[in-house]
Amino acid sequence: MTTFEDPAVPSEPPRVAPWNNPSVRAWVYQVVVMGLVLALAVYLINNTLTNLSERSIRTGFGFLDREAGFRMGESIIPIEPSNSYGRAILAGFLNTLKVAILGIILCTVVGVVIGIARLSRNWLVQKLATVYVETLRNIPILLQLFFWYAIITGTFPNSQEAWKPLPGVFISKSGILHAVPVADPAHLWIGIALLVGIIATVFYGRWVRRQQQETGRRPPLLGPALGLIVGLPFLVFLGFGAPLAWDLPVMGRFRFTGGQEITPEFLALWIGLGLYTAAFVAEVVRGGILAVDWGQTEAAGALGLRRGLVLRLVVLPQALRVIIPPTTNQYLNLTKNSSLAVAVGYPELTSVTDTTLNQTGQAVECIAIMMAIYLAISLSISGGMNLYNRAVQIPDRR
Amino acid sequence: MNKLASILAGAAVATMAVVSTANAGAVLNAIKQKDFIQCGVNTGLAGFGIPDSQGNWTGLDVDFCRALAAAVLGDSKKVKFTPLSAPQRFTALQSGEIDVLSRNTTITLTRDASLGLHGAGVWYYDGQGFMVPKKLNVKSAKELKDAEICVQSGTTTELNLSDYFRANNMTFKPVVFATLDEFKTAYFNERCQAMTTDASSLAALRAADARNPEDHVILPEIISKEPLGPMVRRGDDEWFAIVKWVLNTALEAEEYGITQANVDSMKASTNPNVARIIANRDEMGVKLGLSPEWGYNMIKQVGNYGEIFERNVGTSTKLKLDRGLNAQWSKGGIMYGTPAR
Repeated sequence: MTTFEDPAVPSEPPRVAPWNNPSVRAWVYQVVVMGLVLALAVYLINNTLTNLSERSIRTGFGFLDREAGFRMGESIIPIEPSNSYGRAILAGFLNTLKVAILGIILCTVVGVVIGIARLSRNWLVQKLATVYVETLRNIPILLQLFFWYAIITGTFPNSQEAWKPLPGVFISKSGILHAVPVADPAHLWIGIALLVGIIATVFYGRWVRRQQQETGRRPPLLGPALGLIVGLPFLVFLGFGAPLAWDLPVMGRFRFTGGQEITPEFLALWIGLGLYTAAFVAEVVRGGILAVDWGQTEAAGALGLRRGLVLRLVVLPQALRVIIPPTTNQYLNLTKNSSLAVAVGYPELTSVTDTTLNQTGQAVECIAIMMAIYLAISLSISGGMNLYNRAVQIPDRR
Repeated sequence: MNKLASILAGAAVATMAVVSTANAGAVLNAIKQKDFIQCGVNTGLAGFGIPDSQGNWTGLDVDFCRALAAAVLGDSKKVKFTPLSAPQRFTALQSGEIDVLSRNTTITLTRDASLGLHGAGVWYYDGQGFMVPKKLNVKSAKELKDAEICVQSGTTTELNLSDYFRANNMTFKPVVFATLDEFKTAYFNERCQAMTTDASSLAALRAADARNPEDHVILPEIISKEPLGPMVRRGDDEWFAIVKWVLNTALEAEEYGITQANVDSMKASTNPNVARIIANRDEMGVKLGLSPEWGYNMIKQVGNYGEIFERNVGTSTKLKLDRGLNAQWSKGGIMYGTPAR
């Protein structure tokens, strides 16, 4: 039959009933599922609101503007009991960010070192790294936080008998207190000079590399870089007449006040989270390095590269592709685990929001705020890591 | 936890509305039928409600339940205790799991008005206070400027603390813990220079958890009002009246000097106030739906309020609490038994 038809003329599509048409069906399914999900959401929200109003429980976010009334142990921004709940939650959020960012730095540094040490040919180093990984990642993080907190509050001396390892530094049960320069307008300009120095160094470094590739001669890098990064801010410092006043911690009746303090709560949380997550990061790093084919190392050796260069130029760039996605997971875990801080008394987001919840009774709103903030932090971290991941991938060559 | 508690409370209120359809005296009838009182107490607070090494319950709140059992059933041993945590306690009462809640619980308007409960009277006047190590040589909370203070995150403790320091124009640094264990460990590890919670709990912590209780002092300032007392659920006025009058009669017995030791000889007393309590003058017990011996049984088996106080938390116990506000009104306190007549 078909042989008689002209292939150039498109045959009319066979008439099918709409309920037999796959694309219509697909649409109908999508619409029905979407509708059900929306209906469920509306039902749940409506149900919650009705129940809350039946029990005459207040709803809405108006409480964020009301005076919080409670004091916080530490905060990056100035905060007083007369400030609002909104500001208290913001301060808690910043405390979470602080411990998350510093924790991520700590776990990365320790994790990379331990991960490489696990591949070391030195028997002792390798075994020690193995013990570290197997111990820390197999003990619940909450217990580890209790452990570090007990170590700090149990072994550090009272404020009266504080250790003084350096002039202006005091270590006691109240934490580590150190002197800071008294705020001065010069600081801003020194900071700007430092920034300018760093940016200039980056551009100079690029020029140095280009010179090397074009002429084969390498201009000096270290001297000018030091001059830009250290010398420039120092010149500005001298230009302002070298203002050098220190805000020293002073012993009061009970403890030191003044200076800058690092509380035992923060220390316990930071060390606990950082070292725990480092054990996982170490395994990721080890896995990443092992994933690079041994032939790559041999080939690099055959080209005459030294061992350090082999690691830096050949192995690590390829390992990074494998390492980054699972490391992102570990960073997210660390951030979310920071909510365990309530156990050791560090006033981060969960702790502050809990107190707010207790005082206002607005549980639904407070939990929603917490979930939204943790979600935002986690998405930001994974977004940033995805960008970095794209940058280190081997570009497609067509 | 708070959210869960409010959901449970809501569910319990609904259940309760169905169960207690204004059945007069239903709780008392049920108690007489099963022949014991189910009493909700603390899971373990020294001096107030805690099992001893043999598993016998002891404490101020526990003895209230015993007094109730002696008055209602004629035998102070006819009590079964249900240990309850803070979030569980109201649900247990609302749902009918227990007949009376006697668990260092503050009577507040919200609890009376929106949780469907009734505070039957004040059994212990408490308030938030401070404890400091003796070696710091602090005599008053007003000296605690710039101190680090350990506090448990709760409904009002943090707020009371901040309010007090604001009112006195002082700064301080709170170290806030979510659990009791971490809270007390931090204080006894000297992480903080002071700890704050209800004064009676401070005394209990000092007695039970300090390596050497003499090394710690409780400061005289009390910065909040926490009247603790037994609660019943709404909807049974007869039972509420019984709990209320057992409490007041224990107070009155102390006022008139009726003790465990002299109750038999006092039975012959010509003082009409005494006779109304222990000798069935004017049939007080019958009016409440109890036996004529209700007052006699209660004092003979458990004692008057002063004896119960001294036995559990008084100066001869580990807690070493002074009577303070809890002394009789005639002796400088505010304990005032409404007259049984």
